[in-house]
Amino acid sequence: MGLPDILFYVFAFLTLLCGVLVIANPFSRNPVTSAMFLVLTIISMAGLFVLLHAFFLAAVQILVYAGAVMVLFLFVIMLLDLKEEERRKIKKFSLIGGLVSVGAVVTIFVKSILAAQPGANLSTPTLEGETAALGKLLFTQYLLPFEVVSVLLLVAMMGVILLSKKDLK
Amino acid sequence: MNVGLEHYLVVSALLFALGLLGVITRRNLLVMYMSLELMLNAANLALVSFSRFNNNLNGQILVFFIITVAAAEVSVGLALIVALYRKRQTAHVEDLTTMKL
Amino acid sequence: MNLEALPWLILFLPLLSATAITLFTMRCRTTSALLSIGAIVTGFVLTLSFIAANGFHPAVMETSANWLSIGNLNIDFGLRLDVLSLMMVLIVTGVGGAIHIYSFGYMSEDRGFSRFFACMSLFTFSMLGIVLANNFIQLFIFWELVGVSSYLLIGFWFEKPSAADAAKKAFITNRLGDFGFLLGIIILWWWTNGSLSFDIAQQQAQAVIKSPYGVTFGDNFWLTIIGLLIFCGAVGKSAQFPLHVWLPDAMEGPTPVSALIHAATMVAAGVYMLCRVILLFNVEASHVIAWVGGFTALLAALIAIQQNDIKRILAYSTLSQLGYMVMAVGLSGPTQAMFHLTTHAFFKALLFLGAGSVIIALHHEQNIWKMGGLRQKMPVTFWTFIIGTLALCGVPPFSGFYSKDSILAQALEQRNYPLFALGVVVAGLTTFYMFRLFYIAFLGERRTGVAPVSHSKEAAQAGDESLRQAGSLSYEPHESPPVMAWPLRTLAVFAVIGGVIGIRGIFDSQFISDTHAERASTFLQKLFEPFAHAPIVAIIGLLAVAAGFIAARMLYRNAESDPLPAKLGWFATAMKNRFYFDEIYEATFIRAHDFIAAVMDWIDRWLVDWAGIGLVRGGTDFTGRALRLMQTGNLQTYAFLFALGVAVVLYLVLGK
Repeated sequence: MGLPDILFYVFAFLTLLCGVLVIANPFSRNPVTSAMFLVLTIISMAGLFVLLHAFFLAAVQILVYAGAVMVLFLFVIMLLDLKEEERRKIKKFSLIGGLVSVGAVVTIFVKSILAAQPGANLSTPTLEGETAALGKLLFTQYLLPFEVVSVLLLVAMMGVILLSKKDLK
Repeated sequence: MNVGLEHYLVVSALLFALGLLGVITRRNLLVMYMSLELMLNAANLALVSFSRFNNNLNGQILVFFIITVAAAEVSVGLALIVALYRKRQTAHVEDLTTMKL
Repeated sequence: MNLEALPWLILFLPLLSATAITLFTMRCRTTSALLSIGAIVTGFVLTLSFIAANGFHPAVMETSANWLSIGNLNIDFGLRLDVLSLMMVLIVTGVGGAIHIYSFGYMSEDRGFSRFFACMSLFTFSMLGIVLANNFIQLFIFWELVGVSSYLLIGFWFEKPSAADAAKKAFITNRLGDFGFLLGIIILWWWTNGSLSFDIAQQQAQAVIKSPYGVTFGDNFWLTIIGLLIFCGAVGKSAQFPLHVWLPDAMEGPTPVSALIHAATMVAAGVYMLCRVILLFNVEASHVIAWVGGFTALLAALIAIQQNDIKRILAYSTLSQLGYMVMAVGLSGPTQAMFHLTTHAFFKALLFLGAGSVIIALHHEQNIWKMGGLRQKMPVTFWTFIIGTLALCGVPPFSGFYSKDSILAQALEQRNYPLFALGVVVAGLTTFYMFRLFYIAFLGERRTGVAPVSHSKEAAQAGDESLRQAGSLSYEPHESPPVMAWPLRTLAVFAVIGGVIGIRGIFDSQFISDTHAERASTFLQKLFEPFAHAPIVAIIGLLAVAAGFIAARMLYRNAESDPLPAKLGWFATAMKNRFYFDEIYEATFIRAHDFIAAVMDWIDRWLVDWAGIGLVRGGTDFTGRALRLMQTGNLQTYAFLFALGVAVVLYLVLGK
């Protein structure tokens, strides 16, 4: 078991643990705590990305997700000043229902993954330092989607501006 | 046993399940939204690992797009939540029952 | 030179002009008229050049494009070019062109001038479509289009309730016939195993009729049904008994319309169609056709004797002549029918235009008893009207004589003596009512010095502003302007010479494979051809004409009022009232129709609407209300159900 494998287990554990703490923190039910744990989840996922040699995506993950998106979340949480939820109880019905359905989904997923062994016949990965290759691909083959996505961002921006106007018509 | 594709996929499945559970059980709109982000990340993880083990960069490109779209989606979604909060003074799904007759 | 595109151009030019007028030049009156006239005259010239280049038998008889194909229903949109259609195109564009030009003068004061020409162009397009069609469906489509444009033109002065009613009556009556026609087409389609082309259908019918083993009962039965149903279409369009009632009422439209549609072309479409598919008719169907035609001819001639409205007299005369043509078709004489159709188009259009000229001159007076003494005032109209009358009566050497004589000869050749006698009687009656009209309307003293005052009120109702202005000026009859006089003169020339310029020979080449070798060739021979061919017929026909003329002269010369009612008593009253057909229909069909409509209304209201739709609607409503309770509106529940659904799908896809 080499270092990368150990690191995989560490990051995977961290990811899942923080994920659990995002949705169900036994100590605090403040949304701010959830948001902070989401940041941790994302950072440990970036670690997983590095282990998968996706360096560029790891950087983007941290910059965009942990940086921009989560700051936006925190902003909104602070803006709305949410405290009420602490007083509410989780309903038994929804908890049991959720656990049952999610359990079913997970069981099927994991069982089918283990049964199919998709990685069994694959050769060992050889791609290294793909950022340059990634860029090349992005600006040649995927140029049109790339441009479309930029338009999408623009549209989203305009939508947000419109939505935040005081008197929506 | 070396860490292979299956390990990453299992982690991805578990993360996805956590997100789903969060959407079902939590009733704060913001936390539900965070759970959705968890699910998206789970999908990203699966895509990156497939890309890695298949020696194919297309998966990473897709993840890149997903992150971009997710950013746009979050901004719009949060703006909607803010607008809703302004109107209703709540971000709690049980208070939002206009759909019920 | 082939000039294959020319017929398409001829067909679509009028449509183009109708579209252009409707869209762009509604306000510019002269441009509209010129567009419409230009389209039809160009069509005429193009037809002439096409015939000059290709003769009456073009190398390419049919051009068509597949238009619709569903299963074994294949409908082409195509043109058929042969003697029949080319001659009809000539008639439609030629006579139509003269009438278009005439309308330029006739309608010049009307508010709906542009609309009028748009409708006329639309009509020309539809009529050309009928004439050039190469299959039943296309024919039917244009058939209906003609009905629509006729509706628009009859109801042209729609402010007048009588015109609106007449338009409706014409349309609905035609619809009755067209229903049978469509039914016939459908049965034919079934019988021929999906062929709607004229050629193929007729070949199949002929193969059955002429089969050496004799016609089977079933095939004969179906052929009779098909023939009679298709004849229904002609009964409606050509106003044969019992659907003849719409044509006289259609005279509510402007006079050029009456001339173009209800004398020269549209009503002839029925006869044309019968000739086009003549080979479909077996003996039984032909028999019915002949008798319906003959009966209509007699009936209409009798009614015409006691009418006082100049246009109605001409309308009944048209009916009667159409009856002749249909009779000729039934006597398996399509050549004769088409010949008469052609000459009739000339002289009846001429008569109508002359009548229109008189009507305009007398400020929309149509009662012949208020006319008189027009000879000096309107010389052109007078002389051309005389020519039309003589042609219609069948006086040699005018065109009507030759065509009418050929029909009578055909009746004798077929040894159908009752129909021959009937034809002769009708010929006499025709002369009688035409000279009655002529004596009363054109000769004698002027019966009214000034038009009655009430007249301008009527005109105001008709929305014809010109009349109000004219009413204050002069009541003196006056000759029509040149734009109206010249079409009269042109048509008059053709009404004279139409019989001897070889039209009959042209049609013969369509229907008879071995052209009569002994057919007259020189002009002189043509002039006396009827006497040489069947002298008895010609002489009997002339005697009938003479009898009619003498009777009319005795009764109506210098007559101040009609002497006939006193002599004939109740019969004259019946004739005057058109044998009460409208009243009978009113009392039977319309009453029955109203009753059925009331029953249907009840069924629709209570059974369909209340029980059928109401119960379904109520049931849906109730189920919806019940199901609505399941919608909690709670996001969490939806998410839960959604996850459960995902789990099930995943299980089905992956889990097994």
